[in-house]
Amino acid sequence: MLQAALLLAACAARHAFALSSKTSIFSPAATPAKVSYDLSLFVLTITGGIFVTVASLILYAAVRFRRRPDDDGSEPPQIFGSNQIELSWTIIPVLIVVVMFLATARMIFAIQDAPQPPSALEVTVIGHQFWWEFRYPAQHITTANELHIPVSDTSTSRPTFMKLTSADVIHSFWVPRLSGKIDLLPNRINEMWMDPHTPGLYVGQCAQFCGVQHAKMLLRVYVDTPEQFAAWVKQEQQPGVQDPAVAAGRHDFESQACMNCHAIAGTPARGQFGPDLTHLASRKTIASGAADNTTENLERWIDNPDLIKTGSLMPAMHLTADQVHDITAYLNTLQ
Amino acid sequence: MAGSSIPVPGGLGATEVAAAEAEGTWLEVLHSWIVTVDHKKLGIMYVLYAMLFLVIGGIEAIIIRIQLFFPDNHFVSAETFNRIFTMHGTTMIFFVAMPITFGFGNYLLPLMLGVRDMAFPRLNAFAFWMSAFGGLLLYYSFIGGVGLQGAGSAPDVGWWAYSPLTSRAFSRGHSTDYWAISLIVSGFGSIGVGINFIATAFCTRCKGMTLFRMPLLPWLYVVQSFLILLAVSPLTAAQVMLTIDRYLGGHFFDTQAGGSALIWAHFFWIFGHPEVYVLIMPSFAVLNEVVPVFSRKAIFGYPAMVAASVAIAFVSLGVWAHHMFTIGMTSVGNAFFVLSTMVVGIPTGIKIFNWIATMWGGKIRYATAMLFCVGFLVQFLIAGLTGIILSIAPFNWQLHNSYFVIAHFHYVIVGGILFAMFGGIYYWFPKVTGRMLDERLGKWNFWLFVIGFHLCFDVMHVPGVLGMPRSIYTYEADRGWTTLNQIVSVGAAIQGIAIAILVYNIIRSCLKGAVAGPDPWDAWTLEWTTSSPPPPYNFAIEPVVHSRRPLWDLKHPNDPDEPLEEGMIHSGGKSPS
Repeated sequence: MLQAALLLAACAARHAFALSSKTSIFSPAATPAKVSYDLSLFVLTITGGIFVTVASLILYAAVRFRRRPDDDGSEPPQIFGSNQIELSWTIIPVLIVVVMFLATARMIFAIQDAPQPPSALEVTVIGHQFWWEFRYPAQHITTANELHIPVSDTSTSRPTFMKLTSADVIHSFWVPRLSGKIDLLPNRINEMWMDPHTPGLYVGQCAQFCGVQHAKMLLRVYVDTPEQFAAWVKQEQQPGVQDPAVAAGRHDFESQACMNCHAIAGTPARGQFGPDLTHLASRKTIASGAADNTTENLERWIDNPDLIKTGSLMPAMHLTADQVHDITAYLNTLQ
Repeated sequence: MAGSSIPVPGGLGATEVAAAEAEGTWLEVLHSWIVTVDHKKLGIMYVLYAMLFLVIGGIEAIIIRIQLFFPDNHFVSAETFNRIFTMHGTTMIFFVAMPITFGFGNYLLPLMLGVRDMAFPRLNAFAFWMSAFGGLLLYYSFIGGVGLQGAGSAPDVGWWAYSPLTSRAFSRGHSTDYWAISLIVSGFGSIGVGINFIATAFCTRCKGMTLFRMPLLPWLYVVQSFLILLAVSPLTAAQVMLTIDRYLGGHFFDTQAGGSALIWAHFFWIFGHPEVYVLIMPSFAVLNEVVPVFSRKAIFGYPAMVAASVAIAFVSLGVWAHHMFTIGMTSVGNAFFVLSTMVVGIPTGIKIFNWIATMWGGKIRYATAMLFCVGFLVQFLIAGLTGIILSIAPFNWQLHNSYFVIAHFHYVIVGGILFAMFGGIYYWFPKVTGRMLDERLGKWNFWLFVIGFHLCFDVMHVPGVLGMPRSIYTYEADRGWTTLNQIVSVGAAIQGIAIAILVYNIIRSCLKGAVAGPDPWDAWTLEWTTSSPPPPYNFAIEPVVHSRRPLWDLKHPNDPDEPLEEGMIHSGGKSPS
């Protein structure tokens, strides 16, 4: 009875939360997040039951055994303990722990030790202060901040297996609706997988404090249909668009310090410290999700990154207004 | 007759020495406090020092809550926010929670053990001043270095200070050094306290007080002290290693030279998790004294309470990596720490049940001290259950580093530790000052704190479930976190008012509270036999005890706890073990 009621409450809570946030862990859209969610219902039921039982005992004792106004001032009977009772409230928790542990351990192994199927997509995720680098080794793609992965539903099983590491400090990859967190540590490779069932945009952000702009190290995962994903891969594999109309901007990009940190495939720009810009114009956001990718925002960002994201490691290069304008125009052509 | 050699309340113990000593110029009084090695004065200084930092850390919390009131708020800069939350965490753990528990231990241990001072009075004074200088050094960071602009060079790496964010490549200047050195300094103080508590409880008890006749408070301080020695030492070692990395070219944690970021996390949490129990043991201690006295019953299952405390301490040394379920441990490693973490819940549950059983069948008087203890019971129950929820590793992968975790550990530290300590303040204030705290203000203090606490920390679980990570200076407006954060901020403000009432109550009652007398609560342990405040030597005649509740024996000569029989060793009551 009690447990059914709690389960109902949990379901109601789930719907309330799912409605109110696009990062709710109670609306899972991939297997690892679903496992967390199922286990959460299980453990919330058990702990909810314990809470109701013990809190009732506390409140009953607190109210029932209060001293009454007509108390005669005598001391109540002194009871020093009872081995039987104390044994019972030791053994019952032991049994609960055994049950919870077995259920949990099973799921840990199911998620962490899941074999990688041959159809899986491999992605390498590299954390940087304060942005994400994504490499697709088999596809020879490098991109940033917006991860594209294929849907993996019952018709086409194509989970994404990630290897995660960091170029500087510890970060943590967290897209609540797809999977739990996994940290990105320098000098170490961690692994995580997810198999999103529904196409769409899933957002998340860095979950381990990594420095001044930790809060603006946002993360967007686009789950594409197989066709969309194939098209995206094909486009990403092209070198950067070379439009003679923006040659001035390209010249500025390659003659100023931009190319020391940024790469644009098909040009001499091979920098590794900042995000790859080969297809910047096809991304929805800049500065790791801190601003929409509009011409105005891009101009402000190139002029002085502190205007959008104080403490970002990209310096203000003290460019002239014309240079900012030309470089923005050039970057806007990089579809 | 049992207890005939105990100084009777108002009898030999009560002298006018305390009053006489307070005379002299203010400079002489100040001097007497600074050079003192008296455990009572040091205990008071610890508590005042903790209260000072509680106010400072509370102001930092309010700044955090104002900043998070609106999405994309600009009340403080990102950099300042990071410094403020680092200082808030470091302050509250190392310079509020630890010193306030040390204060209670210092003041009460010799009084409850029936002796005249701690085993090592000079070490005691040394430990206090080390802790105090640690706190001053940490706060000097606000004005040291670049000084007085924004938050100066206060540390900005989080109170857990994960490497390699603390290496010189990522933390320039001296902010991390202030953090590391101040914790080394105060850490030595803590270790000194641990040694002193153990030596005092094991070696200096009054006549007749066997280990199993010790009140539970000293027992819990013994357990706390062993945890301090085992937990603070690795932290101090880690800080030394960090400082070597930063200044002597070491590579312990320097990942760019082959060091390991993971090792820091292990060091930190080998300290960090037992630290929770370092703080909670004294809270248990307060409950073990307050709940029986106000329920008018002996503690239920004394041997089980001792055993459970030792068991908690023992198991708590093997749970640290539950802070690291997302750091990339193997599945077997994760499963191990799931199990060990759940196991801690068992002895903790035993304690809660024993407190309920102590209240059961009693005649409970709801003075403010007892209200805080009942608040503790309910809140600590919830904190324990969210702890169990967090131990489910696959669920933890979602909840880790989210606001759910923040809500959980504030439930432990505010709802548990701070509530118990406030209960302790209301209980022992009459002993310390000779005056009662005002009960009407006390009720305001309690109920406002309860309301503010639940508004703040109950609601705080929800943004975590909705994907809000910790340590972020601002958040996106479209995430559905705004209203929840606003409720949390209002709750924080109400708690601030409650603390202000407590401070006012303390100051007011010091000056014109009702005179307490030696034993205002009709209590049973030795500290209530001497005058309030106790003379510097505590007891005019060394007490001799025959049971766990010497004053019960004295007040009920026909029904003593342990009837004396020749050649028989008692462990009390119906449940010998």
